[in-house]
Amino acid sequence: MSTEQSIQTYRDGARITDVDALVVDGLSVYYETEGGTVKACDGVTFTLKQGERFALVGESGSGKTTLAMALMRLTRPPGHIAKGSVTLHGRDITSLDDKEMRQARLAEIALVPQGAMNSLNPIMRIGKQIIDGVIDHLKDDEPTPTKDELDEMVHDLLTRVGLRPGVARLWPHELSGGMKQRVAMAIGISLRPKLIIADEPTSALDVVVQRQIMQTLGRLQEGLDASIMLVGHDMGLVAQFADTIGVMYAGKLVEVGPVEEVFSNPKHPYTKLLIGSLPSLQEKREFLGIPGLPPLLVDLPLGCAFADRCPSRFDKCETAIPEKLNIGGRRDVACHLYEDEVQS
Amino acid sequence: MSTFLELDHVTKKFGSEGMFGNGMVTIAVDDVSLTIDEDEPSITTVAGESGSGKTTLSRLLLGSHVPTEGRMLYRGKDFTQLTRRERRNFRREIQPIFQDPFESYNPFYKVDHVLSEPIKNFKLASSGREKNRMIEDALEMVGLVPGETLGRFPHQLSGGQRQRIMVARALLLKPRVILADEPVSMVDASLRATILDSIRRLNRDLGISVVYVTHDLTTAYQISDNILIMYRGTIVEAGTVDQVIPNPQHPYTQLLIESIPQPDPKNRWGSEPPQQNWDTSDTDIAGCRFADRCPAVMDQCRTSAPKQYLINEKQLTRCFLHEEKGEMQNPDITSTFQTESETIKAIPADMSA
Repeated sequence: MSTEQSIQTYRDGARITDVDALVVDGLSVYYETEGGTVKACDGVTFTLKQGERFALVGESGSGKTTLAMALMRLTRPPGHIAKGSVTLHGRDITSLDDKEMRQARLAEIALVPQGAMNSLNPIMRIGKQIIDGVIDHLKDDEPTPTKDELDEMVHDLLTRVGLRPGVARLWPHELSGGMKQRVAMAIGISLRPKLIIADEPTSALDVVVQRQIMQTLGRLQEGLDASIMLVGHDMGLVAQFADTIGVMYAGKLVEVGPVEEVFSNPKHPYTKLLIGSLPSLQEKREFLGIPGLPPLLVDLPLGCAFADRCPSRFDKCETAIPEKLNIGGRRDVACHLYEDEVQS
Repeated sequence: MSTFLELDHVTKKFGSEGMFGNGMVTIAVDDVSLTIDEDEPSITTVAGESGSGKTTLSRLLLGSHVPTEGRMLYRGKDFTQLTRRERRNFRREIQPIFQDPFESYNPFYKVDHVLSEPIKNFKLASSGREKNRMIEDALEMVGLVPGETLGRFPHQLSGGQRQRIMVARALLLKPRVILADEPVSMVDASLRATILDSIRRLNRDLGISVVYVTHDLTTAYQISDNILIMYRGTIVEAGTVDQVIPNPQHPYTQLLIESIPQPDPKNRWGSEPPQQNWDTSDTDIAGCRFADRCPAVMDQCRTSAPKQYLINEKQLTRCFLHEEKGEMQNPDITSTFQTESETIKAIPADMSA
């Protein structure tokens, strides 16, 4: 089956090749707690092409960060990957041993964390922090680079993320929030990873800096020919940055599709409400929140988790969990409303 | 018209020059004159990026920073000359709501504590029953159910609920002005609407003026009447939101508005804008502070500082591109907002005639 059409995007300069960069199949991450099993991420399936920008959106507690951490295999007890597989360029990373996984992190799959201000070591100069990972990833038979080589590498990385080379000598507290986020990106790309996971990289920054950081991140990703997974809840940012969007609700991926199609024609009632509740600069109107709260993940309803808040619910929603349906091209939706459409 | 609070040519500097300073002086607020009026309650947004001075301005208004230059007047009286009693009154009449709904609570106390404490402190209730009724009324005013809220600990409530309790707490004191510093930036997008809505209701139903400090121009446009745009301590543009947001005149305001991520994938950002240079001390910049990032920069922008020019009766800007419009006679920025409410008042009078 040709997938030519399925990887179209309105993004200028996008180079998406029809190569599966990341295949996530039925991934489930559960937390065993005294109150029962918390299904933070349940049966998540999606594919990311090489060079594609995928955005994973959802409210706090929807499981998006749990999913991102599971892709890095950074899930901590009591959490564990209960089911499913994660295949990165043909290699199943759920079956790697700890040492192999440690090598794969940063070199093949890198994380640009949420709140870079808290992820830098306060008592290490910036330059040292950038090469720390590089040195740690040297193979046993590889010679340690000379000081000049390392300095040049730091110089090059800082320039690529839009910082002046002098920043290498500074301490984290001497940098602004945006500069720290740029340092986190420099660390992230230091080993030319194939997949970059950016977990709300700009949530604490203001709009102009946010735009600069996102545009720099995009430029770096294009330069590396890498794929990127952006995790966040800002639909505006997703629209500006991504090619494909996945919407998470209560641990499940409820809708996936190309950004342009999902924004112009959302299918899942939750996606519709999310897009409908966005404040706009074009017109003034009453605020529409989404009434109600998401269910507790430890005590999920028998049927669809969104049923309680859904304006289009019917009997079946209370009793059966909707399965993922393909509604043409790369668009998937998990909602009982579309079952007839697909069958006919 | 009675003035609640007035800033008269107020400047606030941090850092020091000379022998013991490192030479980096930050002029966080530079020569700002404005008034907060209580007869015509309005919602005024103070917007700008991190480091633009918006939080310093709000702390000046709260009386927690003392101006380096200029005066602040509370009901016409110099702030430094207030008696204890007047100062106490001031603290009740202007109430803050802070950014982080997690840090505003003591985790060891039930949420009832933040509500009952101000009543006790300002002796607002004569009996326990009256106190409880006041608390319940305030919670209902912000859309919370008292039975589901009281008796809980902060960690048992969502960020949105906690922030609404903070709004209720401010309400209890029957303030004239509420100063909300980024009240929704740490709350999920889907819950922002309810908090902003309760703030707007305070303004409409209870006649409280609101100063809304934010970098989010979209919500500012939705809830406020007036807006001030700050850049490195100066107010670069001000006016009514209906005038400023659709027709921004200062290149910085234009950059801010262009950078808002619009939820439209077919209409994406243009090229990457230049970064701010934080290495220069504010005192070293002779001209416009935005000059090094400005796409429309001219020679004079680097050598002399622009003044406030009145574009029309509802909008002012501090940019040489509009120098021909003439310098504003009245330095008080709020004078650009008041013309509008006067015209509104004038219309029904004409119609009745």
